[in-house]
Amino acid sequence: MSIGAEIQESFVVMVAAIFTQNILLTYFLGLCSFIGVSREIKGAVGLGLAVIFVITTTTLLNWIAYHYVLVPLGLESFRFILFIIIIAAFVQFVEMVVERYSPFLYQQLGVFLPLITVNCAIFGAALFMVIREYTFIVTIGYSLGSGIGWFLAILAMAGIRQKMAIDRIPRGLQGPGITLILAGLMALAFIGFAGVLQGR
Amino acid sequence: MSPGMAGSQAKNIAVQGLWKDNPIFRQVLGICSTLAVTNLVMNTIVMCAALVFTVSLSSATVSVFRTLTPRNVRMMVETLIIGFYVIIVDVLLGAYWPSMRANLGPYVGLILTNCIVMGRCEAYGATQPPGKAFLDGLCTSLGYTFILLIIAAFREILGLGTFLGMPVPFFSGPGWDKWIIMVTPPGAFFMLAIVVWFFRWLQQKQEEKAK
Repeated sequence: MSIGAEIQESFVVMVAAIFTQNILLTYFLGLCSFIGVSREIKGAVGLGLAVIFVITTTTLLNWIAYHYVLVPLGLESFRFILFIIIIAAFVQFVEMVVERYSPFLYQQLGVFLPLITVNCAIFGAALFMVIREYTFIVTIGYSLGSGIGWFLAILAMAGIRQKMAIDRIPRGLQGPGITLILAGLMALAFIGFAGVLQGR
Repeated sequence: MSPGMAGSQAKNIAVQGLWKDNPIFRQVLGICSTLAVTNLVMNTIVMCAALVFTVSLSSATVSVFRTLTPRNVRMMVETLIIGFYVIIVDVLLGAYWPSMRANLGPYVGLILTNCIVMGRCEAYGATQPPGKAFLDGLCTSLGYTFILLIIAAFREILGLGTFLGMPVPFFSGPGWDKWIIMVTPPGAFFMLAIVVWFFRWLQQKQEEKAK
């Protein structure tokens, strides 16, 4: 495939990852922190931005590690452990750098970084990248799109939940229950985008 | 410890894992990696079996090494132990049931980041003896399995008219307009919400009665 075609493909994959195959609303990845941190817009934005940054960088790092270390050695089975170590080490590293050089950013995003290591969306994106055999350029579009899609979903959810903080909800549905119903409605809306990109 | 006391303790752990602290409707944890495969009952069974295997054995293994593990690298060691069992599951599936492995896609690997596995290792594996940690992992993951099986059964029957791939009378016939939405992602969210609602309601009623 030529570079031009790859860049085009990368763009299509990115749009698909944001809308029609949203990593949260279609693949349910990152659901735990989605339910836990979507009570207020401020927290949701912080976590969402951190996810965009970490998912893009670690998926690319994982791509390099997978194709230049694991495949030549024939150790593809060990990708789970390698990926999780790379993600954990990278998040730790970023936390240290941010704390040292940008106290403001650390105040805003610092608390979310440890949460990210166990966010299934980050790990899931790396696994999808392997299964779908994306090239490096396509992976750029895919990981960026996945992050943006997750950000959009949690932002929308936080906006809705803030508005309904004072609503009267049946007791058993309070908290996670109503959030799941809202997520279902949002997933329905996102399915509406399916016609935009056929068969991707 | 007398055998009677050990028995009542075991029963206590079972009640906690299966009902009182049920990972799904009580804690709403670890659904990320499994909700996606609940559109078919068969996929759910295999996925949950993999989870039961991983949770109970990794919790017991963490417990075996609990005195040898330095505190500050504990999380890393736990991750490696869990990863070890996940790789076993993945390799076994790849060798004996490649089509199922393809069906489950990345979700087998995602057991590694499932909050329940790490949660059980931290809560029980790191402090309790191996036998207890194993039992706790087993009961918690079975509590998880039975809820997911309920979700999967509803989704497959209402959405496709089949159960374990076999047609179900009435639901597969012309009299039933298949609810395709049940096998799509929104169906999973709705079904999970309903199940959480129902079981929380049931628990609340039980607690009120006990008062």
